[in-house]
Amino acid sequence: FEETKAQHRPFTSMAPVAPRSGDVIFASVERVNAELFTLTYGAIVRQLITDLEEVEEVNKQLDQMGYNIGIRLIDEFLAKSNVSRCVDFKETAEVIAKVGFKMFLGVTASVTNWDAEGTCCSLILEDNPLVDFVELPDTCQGLYYCNILSGVVRGALEMVSMKTEVTWLRDMLRGDDAFELQVKLLKQVPEEYPYKDDE
Amino acid sequence: MGKEVSESCVESLLTEIVSSYGTRFYANKPELAARRIEAIGYQDAGYYYGLVLDRYTMERPRFSDHLEAIKFICKDFWSELFKKQIDNLKTNHRGTFVLQDNQFRWLSHMSIDPSPENSGSTQDPSAMAENKAAEAASMHLYFPCGIIRGALSNLGIPCAVSADISNLPACEFLSLSALN
Repeated sequence: FEETKAQHRPFTSMAPVAPRSGDVIFASVERVNAELFTLTYGAIVRQLITDLEEVEEVNKQLDQMGYNIGIRLIDEFLAKSNVSRCVDFKETAEVIAKVGFKMFLGVTASVTNWDAEGTCCSLILEDNPLVDFVELPDTCQGLYYCNILSGVVRGALEMVSMKTEVTWLRDMLRGDDAFELQVKLLKQVPEEYPYKDDE
Repeated sequence: MGKEVSESCVESLLTEIVSSYGTRFYANKPELAARRIEAIGYQDAGYYYGLVLDRYTMERPRFSDHLEAIKFICKDFWSELFKKQIDNLKTNHRGTFVLQDNQFRWLSHMSIDPSPENSGSTQDPSAMAENKAAEAASMHLYFPCGIIRGALSNLGIPCAVSADISNLPACEFLSLSALN
């Protein structure tokens, strides 16, 4: 298994090893109480609101933090999932929803609302560990509490050469009935590598 | 077994908080950054402490003295957070406690990247890199210091908490309280 720190190839295949399911990976990693995660995230958002004051700025920073996390988390994903190169964006979305979310958050998402070109879809999260026990006060109008997640998805995909726009269409903390994350593929770098696969 | 997430989720959050506050929000004010990071830990502890307590007692326990309360932190609270207990507890019986964790989880798993930018210093580069690494490591510790301070505060022990990592991977948390 070659480590390419400088450049990430999109889902390089590791020959005879089958991809592992989200459940299997999640069972194999070190896990912690979801509450620790939920409460830590809540404390972070609260502190950001105190320090940055403007809700829009908090949204922006959460997204940026998510992006920074995503570009690193992709390494762990690739290392543990044995996912080979996805045929198309549809497969990519399924992998994020079933393997990616599961191995980190312990929950899966469903993929719906595909556009005709197959470049835009929605990830629906019914169970979202970020928001357990969370209620937004009225003073937080306009806050996208889970914005870190959209950043993570965007950052991770960018590391496998997909430039995307990720936005929240529905947010249960804002009164909607689900968490719906829209992922739109803007650009995919063609598959030409400056390095040979085998040396 | 309650709901779980991967440990890398929590560690990613912490690493990112240190990075954001340390290099973006308060880039040249490490003391301010440190205070914010510590404050997040302090808040976090407030909520988490309540949850941990629910598991071990029906209502808020009334510890007979500070030592009992600290022992709760060292055993039950620490186990909930780090899946192990504090390895060694020392006290001077005058309000100072030292909690030693020989393999502090959050430090041992993190790769601590020293900050890439150097603001044109004449210092020897290897010493500078070492300083940066030490600074980064200590930034990571403000959060758990806040957690301990928050937990103790919830137990009625206001105090100040600092960390000492001169013996990595062991980490010593020093709790100083004015009261006895």
